[in-house]
Amino acid sequence: MNGFFDIPSDLDNTYFGLIGLHLREALLPVLVGLLAALPVAQLCVRFRWLYPPVLGVTTVFYAVPSLAVFVVLIDYTGQTELTVMIPLAVYSLVVLVPAIVDGVRSVPEETLAASTAMGFGPVRRYLQVQLPIAVPAILAGLRVAVSASISLVSVGALIGNQGALGNLLADAQKYGRPELAVNSVLTTAVLAVLCDALLVLVRNLLTPWMPRGGGGRRPKQAAERPEPQEAATR
Amino acid sequence: MESVTKRYADGTVAVDRLSLEIPDRAITVLVGPSGCGKTTTLRMINRMVEPSEGTILLDGEDLQQQPVTTLRRSMGYVIQNAGLFQHRTILDNIATVPRMTGWGKQKSRERAAELMERVGLDSSLGKRYPYQLSGGQQQRVGVARALAADPPVLLMDEPFSAVDPVVRKGLQDELLRIQDELGKTIVFVTHDIDEAIKLGTMVAVMRTGGHLAQFAPPAELLSDPADAFVEDFLGADRGIRGLSFFPSTGLELATGPVVRVDATAEQLTAPGAPYLLVTDADDRPLGWAEPRELRAGEITADALLPYGRPFVAGTDSLRAALDCAVLSPTGWAVAVDAEGRVTGVASQATIGEAIRAAHGTGSTAGTRAGERTGDAAADGPADVTKVAP
Repeated sequence: MNGFFDIPSDLDNTYFGLIGLHLREALLPVLVGLLAALPVAQLCVRFRWLYPPVLGVTTVFYAVPSLAVFVVLIDYTGQTELTVMIPLAVYSLVVLVPAIVDGVRSVPEETLAASTAMGFGPVRRYLQVQLPIAVPAILAGLRVAVSASISLVSVGALIGNQGALGNLLADAQKYGRPELAVNSVLTTAVLAVLCDALLVLVRNLLTPWMPRGGGGRRPKQAAERPEPQEAATR
Repeated sequence: MESVTKRYADGTVAVDRLSLEIPDRAITVLVGPSGCGKTTTLRMINRMVEPSEGTILLDGEDLQQQPVTTLRRSMGYVIQNAGLFQHRTILDNIATVPRMTGWGKQKSRERAAELMERVGLDSSLGKRYPYQLSGGQQQRVGVARALAADPPVLLMDEPFSAVDPVVRKGLQDELLRIQDELGKTIVFVTHDIDEAIKLGTMVAVMRTGGHLAQFAPPAELLSDPADAFVEDFLGADRGIRGLSFFPSTGLELATGPVVRVDATAEQLTAPGAPYLLVTDADDRPLGWAEPRELRAGEITADALLPYGRPFVAGTDSLRAALDCAVLSPTGWAVAVDAEGRVTGVASQATIGEAIRAAHGTGSTAGTRAGERTGDAAADGPADVTKVAP
């Protein structure tokens, strides 16, 4: 394929420059979303009545098409990266709040009672018990948020070439170069897969305490004492 | 000593004007059906639940006057399903409270390793995570974690309810052994009356609505239930179970019907008993036989009736002796010494006499035959206070 990596000059960027831009536009909003979601989720855990309305409102945000948000935001933030990143941050927040809330709530009642009985204050309990145990759920939410964000950045192409790799789609049409569209789609997909794999790696590093399928590890209920029927059949 | 009076109201009354004096260095069991307020009572001791009326005194000091975290760290807490921190290794789980109270990392870990040994866990498990342990092992870790900072008080909330009966029995025995070594003041909540009777120095039976039905040593509970509720809760065979508290020391053993495998014809006919217990040359039991079926010098173990499970004279209780006699095909129980050598046999009638004699004196109440001799139980019953209804 000739000219596959030949980026049109109107984008004023190299192939790898576009990748960097794309990652920044996709991942910064997820980070902001995560930082905002943590306190919101904590409030929802603390005050149970707050969770349903928060979930309702954020879901409505999620339902608003990004294009519509861009149109509204352009009046304030212009045709900039920020205009692309604001809705992406909101989408991340929407995905992450329930993930964190469910994760924190999944901490068993006994574990909470035990930590209280051992003299954990609320802050220490949140940071040392609830949040660490919620890590798998939070990482699961992050995987969804990151993949969605990476694919959604391309829409930014519609507001003054702010779509990073997505701009290649527009250029493919403009210059009649379909290979640019293929390039855009493939690169975006590879980025998403790589980021996802990275998050899985991070999760595995953070949670050595999680039971994992397969491998040479001991199964959950393994004990010195064989089960009675097992012993009988020997 | 501890003097505990508690009242609690939360719209519904969970614990109603409860007064208990919990003896020091002994196991006090709170037992009752679901919703009787036993867990609430326990949680008021470490102030996870605040009493709405009344006061709880620990060593004469009001719990309300002490900072809540200090108080909680001075009381070990063991909960159903262990409630371990699934994201921390076993060692780190056990070291939690020492770490929080400012012990060094190294010292805390050493202490944790020491405790793993104490609760019967292999030290190789220390680097594992809770999911890699069985339920029984997790519960042992829970006990070790509660003991880590060497608190004088141990609160246990149905700690063994979620494990299977075999593992539960092991954990109970382990707890009694640890208690013999450490002499903690333990408050233990359970809904299982058998567990209460097995573990308790004192047992508080509670009924729905948070009322105390009876507070007594287990032997007294079995022999003298306060009312129909307690009697019903104890179940049908409380008489038999009460025999656990009578040692078989006073039981009269007959040695006449015991013969060695190499006995002469004269020895086989001399006792005049309907059955003879044949032993090997080391006095270990082989089995029962009718005298007329035995020929001197030709006795083979295969031809004998099984002798069932012998009881250890003096150490085992009258319950074990009676059980042995009931299961024996001849109706006679076989008594052995600690090495398994036959010391005599006892008929059901003899055991019955011993039971009547034991009930007559009743002086053995409070110590359980075959277990826990010489522990703090002896001072327990003296502190019993009955409760205002």
